[in-house]
Amino acid sequence: MTDNNNGVLVVVEVEDNQPIDLGLEMLALARRLTDSMGGSVTAVAFGTGLETIGEMLIAYGADRVLINDNQIFANFHAEAWLPDLAKIVAELAPTIVLIGHSESGTDLAPRLAFRLDVDVATGCESIDILNGRPHMTRSCFGGLAREVVTFSKSPAVATIRSKSQQPLKPTTERSGGVENVISVLDVNSIRTRVVSREQEEAVGGVKMENAKIVIGGGVGLGGPEGFKTLNEIAELVDGAVGASRAACDLDWCPRSYQIGLSGRTVAPELYLAVGISGASHHMAGCGNSKTIVSINSDPKAEIFKSSRFGIVGNSQEIMPALAEEIRKLKA
Amino acid sequence: MKIVVCVKQIQNPEIPAAQFRIDEEAKVLIPVSGLSPVLSPFDEQAIEAALRIRDRAGENSDIEITVVTIASKGSRTAIKGALALGADNAVLLNEPTFDGSGGYVTARNLAETIRAIGDVDLILTGRQAADGDAGVVGLGIAEILDIPAITFACDVQTDEGVVTVKRVLQDGIETVEADLPALVTISNELGKVRHASMRETMRAAKKPVKEWMPEDIGLDDNQVSSKAMRHELQRLYIPVNDIECEFIDGDTPAEIAATLAQHMRQANLI
Repeated sequence: MTDNNNGVLVVVEVEDNQPIDLGLEMLALARRLTDSMGGSVTAVAFGTGLETIGEMLIAYGADRVLINDNQIFANFHAEAWLPDLAKIVAELAPTIVLIGHSESGTDLAPRLAFRLDVDVATGCESIDILNGRPHMTRSCFGGLAREVVTFSKSPAVATIRSKSQQPLKPTTERSGGVENVISVLDVNSIRTRVVSREQEEAVGGVKMENAKIVIGGGVGLGGPEGFKTLNEIAELVDGAVGASRAACDLDWCPRSYQIGLSGRTVAPELYLAVGISGASHHMAGCGNSKTIVSINSDPKAEIFKSSRFGIVGNSQEIMPALAEEIRKLKA
Repeated sequence: MKIVVCVKQIQNPEIPAAQFRIDEEAKVLIPVSGLSPVLSPFDEQAIEAALRIRDRAGENSDIEITVVTIASKGSRTAIKGALALGADNAVLLNEPTFDGSGGYVTARNLAETIRAIGDVDLILTGRQAADGDAGVVGLGIAEILDIPAITFACDVQTDEGVVTVKRVLQDGIETVEADLPALVTISNELGKVRHASMRETMRAAKKPVKEWMPEDIGLDDNQVSSKAMRHELQRLYIPVNDIECEFIDGDTPAEIAATLAQHMRQANLI
């Protein structure tokens, strides 16, 4: 596995002509990995309007950027991406392929791995090179445990959890080549047809992943009204509102609020967990927050074990009071 | 129409964290004593998705639901549970060395089992097993069988050889269709699952369960368990959490809220 080390390939997702944060975080990880094992960092981006993205990805750590600019890649579609991606991996023969543990990445990575007849580690929090081999650390058992795995066949395909890495500071001092991918996609090979995309009404305000404060609501809120107060507070502090899976399953809030293993991952300055018990599958989506403050009526709630500050009490009384106090402070 | 639902039996994932234990030496889970294994919840939802398709098709439909599982040590719980929910029959691939083989081997073995069943129109799996949390097997089966795969479904309908799936996206819903045969992975947004009725539970005992050994479906030694594995588990552990929680007290909600708001201000968050 250490012979023919051709470095790391990073699949960078693009949104509104910009790389998503997770892409930049993975470039930083790729740099660390190549520092340790040698080889170079290649980034690949699929999408449209990618004229300027190459330079940016180089500034953030790539040695070489491959651009696949085509209208057909504007929205993620695994079957459209796979032929080109599989070809790039076959030609480049990287030691590691990094893909974001995002909605798209979790759909893409296992398909790629099986097409290449290699194994895949999903939801990785870190990768270390030990004895020349990549060791992938990933969460399992609903976030209760971690496992470290190695693979016997190269490349190792891994999806990386959002916010588990820090992006590098961009620098214009780095240089590298930007090339266009010559697509081998035969559109007749696409067997799944997208009939429609309905966007949920935008919740407004700050995107959860970028917010400094995220307020997560759980079953302890007592009902959908509880989320109104959370939204009110979020608006006052420029924060965003999320939820536990249980609250989403009860339809108290939009599905898009869900934070956790099968939902979104946030790592804000402050995660305010309101009426959330702290099941490990929820913590998998907020455990990297800088500070967790939790409010729960049960003093034995699991969430307090991950919290810097805790409040034992009725969130239905405390949250309106908190909104009031913040208003006073802002006045 | 033949529907196959792939299921896995696991330790109840809802146990309190304090009861969850790992043998770090052997790199395995220490089962909680006295706790019965359960169907992985996402797989339960995959069964529910199959049952809803059959319900919609009506009494006289030709829909046959087969549950498939790979078992090492007498793990029939998953199959019994699935049959009691309403599946018609089951296939159990008995692979004594299966435990811990990982997604790569599991997908290969399940794909060969499904090939051996033959003429399967629709394959349903959970989006991921609630123990490994990998989300690899469903997509792997589809790649191996070279059929279209649609992930994270919250609604699955079939009509005239086409499957129409509503997929859960972060900011909405996407509707995707594919010609059968196809594979769909089911997400928790599918919603509430039914409970086993007394009638189905009694009938379940009489439903046919085929037990196959790997050689019955042409899998040789190199294709099962440790010989076929592409991964090696180096370590399995419970992460330590050394956070000390400081509790904020107060006589009234307003007092507590004021202290919290002050903390937030000190941290420059207000």
